[in-house]
Amino acid sequence: MTPNLNLWLIPVLPLAGAAINGFFGKKSSRTAVTTVALVFCGAAFAWASVAAARFWPGDVPYQEFLAHWIRSGTFSADFAFYLDRLSLVMMLVVTGVGFLIHIYSVGYMWEDPGYYRFFCYLNLFMFFMLTLVLANNYLVMFIGWEGVGLASYLLIGFWFTKDSAASAGKKAFIVNRIGDFGFLIGLFLLIEHFGSLNFVQVFNQVQPMATETAGAGLLTAIGILLMVGACGKSAQIPLYVWLPDAMEGPTPVSALIHAATMVTAGVYMVSRSHVIFERAPIALTVVAIIGTITAFFAATIGIAQTDIKKVLAYSTVSQLGYMFMACGVGAFSAGIFHLMTHAFFKGLLFLGAGSVIHAVGGEQDMRKMGGLRSYIPWTFLTMAIATLAISGIFPFAGFWSKDEILWKAYQANPIYWVIGAITAFITSLYMFRLLFMTFFGEYRATKVDEHGRLLRAHDQEGHGHSEPHESPAVMLVPLLILALLSTVGGLVGIHNGFEHFLGPVFGPEYEAAARGSGGMELLLMGISLTFALAGAVIAYILYVSKPYLPDRIADSLGSLYRAVFNKYYVDELYAKVFVNPLVKGSTRILWQGVDRKVIDDTVNDAAYGAREVSDEVRHMQSGNLRSYAGWIAAGAAILIAYMVWQGVAR
Amino acid sequence: MVPLSYYLVLSAILFACGVTGFLIKRNIITIFMSIELMLNGVNLSFVAFAAQWHALSGQVFVFFVMVVAAAEAAVGLAVIIAIYRARETLNVDQVNLLKL
Repeated sequence: MTPNLNLWLIPVLPLAGAAINGFFGKKSSRTAVTTVALVFCGAAFAWASVAAARFWPGDVPYQEFLAHWIRSGTFSADFAFYLDRLSLVMMLVVTGVGFLIHIYSVGYMWEDPGYYRFFCYLNLFMFFMLTLVLANNYLVMFIGWEGVGLASYLLIGFWFTKDSAASAGKKAFIVNRIGDFGFLIGLFLLIEHFGSLNFVQVFNQVQPMATETAGAGLLTAIGILLMVGACGKSAQIPLYVWLPDAMEGPTPVSALIHAATMVTAGVYMVSRSHVIFERAPIALTVVAIIGTITAFFAATIGIAQTDIKKVLAYSTVSQLGYMFMACGVGAFSAGIFHLMTHAFFKGLLFLGAGSVIHAVGGEQDMRKMGGLRSYIPWTFLTMAIATLAISGIFPFAGFWSKDEILWKAYQANPIYWVIGAITAFITSLYMFRLLFMTFFGEYRATKVDEHGRLLRAHDQEGHGHSEPHESPAVMLVPLLILALLSTVGGLVGIHNGFEHFLGPVFGPEYEAAARGSGGMELLLMGISLTFALAGAVIAYILYVSKPYLPDRIADSLGSLYRAVFNKYYVDELYAKVFVNPLVKGSTRILWQGVDRKVIDDTVNDAAYGAREVSDEVRHMQSGNLRSYAGWIAAGAAILIAYMVWQGVAR
Repeated sequence: MVPLSYYLVLSAILFACGVTGFLIKRNIITIFMSIELMLNGVNLSFVAFAAQWHALSGQVFVFFVMVVAAAEAAVGLAVIIAIYRARETLNVDQVNLLKL
């Protein structure tokens, strides 16, 4: 029996930080706000580490009961926490990467007037995310699930005076609601059929059930509904549209929420529910297909984007697709492995992009960058490492996790592998394109024309703003730590080490299947590595040695290029098919029809009617005493006449 | 022995006269007297029933009614005098400050 780990402290510490900064931050100094935010977030990381050390080796899951919540008949849901090796990985990634991004944000957000608000939201996010990963039942998980959505909404719309930011936040929230709807119905099915939402209780009941090979059944339905939820949160087709818009938020937010942690919640949830998915092959196939298509589709959009953060956003969607591809072929630990390495290198890429944006005074268009290598060498170094990692170049982190996924995908169905490998090529192409456009060639901004907030900040400090400049140490240190993790973080995957580690979570049969990688795996590894290198080389040719080529290619491709550049017009399509009919239907039928004609008119007519009737009846109340007396006499006469008539009739 | 119905008919006639006077007269003193007439019409039926059923309670009621009527007359006449002093009229139609 493991000792009491006091897991509840891990989410509650950031909540306390959020509360303190939320209530008192406005009147406190920046230093005080910083101290509160960093201390509470750091304490959560420290306590998570302590809990991890005491939990070690952790092959037996640990449960911790905090308080009763819902008790209704046989159904019950409690505030309780669950720690096994899967939530251990998630907990450490969330607190670790989260803490680094907190540190980075101190530098990035220092001049922002909403400084305390930012850290309040950021800590609040940590609370909900940790609740999500540490929950021991689906309902507590759902609290975290909705909570991170809220924090995401607040942070995307952080600069809410900007119209685009406000509507991007709204879009993220609404699109997520669609997914949450599916998730919720999945939970209702679980309650209906298993009478519980507790992970252990549900999975113990699912365990002996037969695999639904013949056709779709209950487990398939639950699996697909859970996947709908995951599609919303983890930005998969068809609900991915909110993520690129979410880049309106401050860059540390994009790093923390929209790359490293929150968007991976769907992958975590699917992996957590692996017992259900393993018995529902159709649902698994759906997951795999969605993941594969998303990976490829988003990667192609990434090639033509010019906004540095948009490229990374589509890249995130694409990498999440990889994770779902892994889950869909049953390789849950490979998915979680990629989740972890992705948290490192994509967090790093976003923070690096933030450093670049900071350096050039708020500019995000890569066409106005270039040649920054010599101005901001540390940022360049870390970004380069992250690019190598995401492209899957040996021996950086992404190589190990991506190859693990591709190998598992090949075993399941070579088509997945083919698309995955092509996507790896495209990934490498667009990432090196980003790197070359930003850091190589000539500095293309004649002057910094859009005066962002950061720029003004540096004017006050007396820096020249025509020269890009390196970020302060408080931003560089997290970059360097993440760069180190992106370099060596994949090494835990050697000899399937990571899979063995997660073996107790995903079951012994799965661990056994993971063994036996031979020459074929090496061959595939070589092919995908070649693809990745090819992508890098082509990007070098296009964007460094012959920079006039991309325009010519774009011209010759014509409409295809325009389609990619405009993100396949998916937003326009959704606007036409879903949003506009909804808006029009709401306006014409619900607003002008139901609300105005039915509800308003009923209320108004009731009021008018009362007035009309009163207008007539009020003549009775003349104030003339004798007429009152007359009414009384008449009434009495009628009553007497009635009683007499009754008497006669009887 | 006069039958009960005679008393009741007379009582009803007295009451109806009172009501009519109350409704059609304008002079406030006449109205006041009409009220007394109604009360006494009712009193008559009370005592008639009391005699019929040999029960004293009807007569007790009548005493109460007479006491209340006396008290009412005292208060009412005081009010009438007050009104007359204030408005120099006893016509109820001209005492219409509260009228719509």
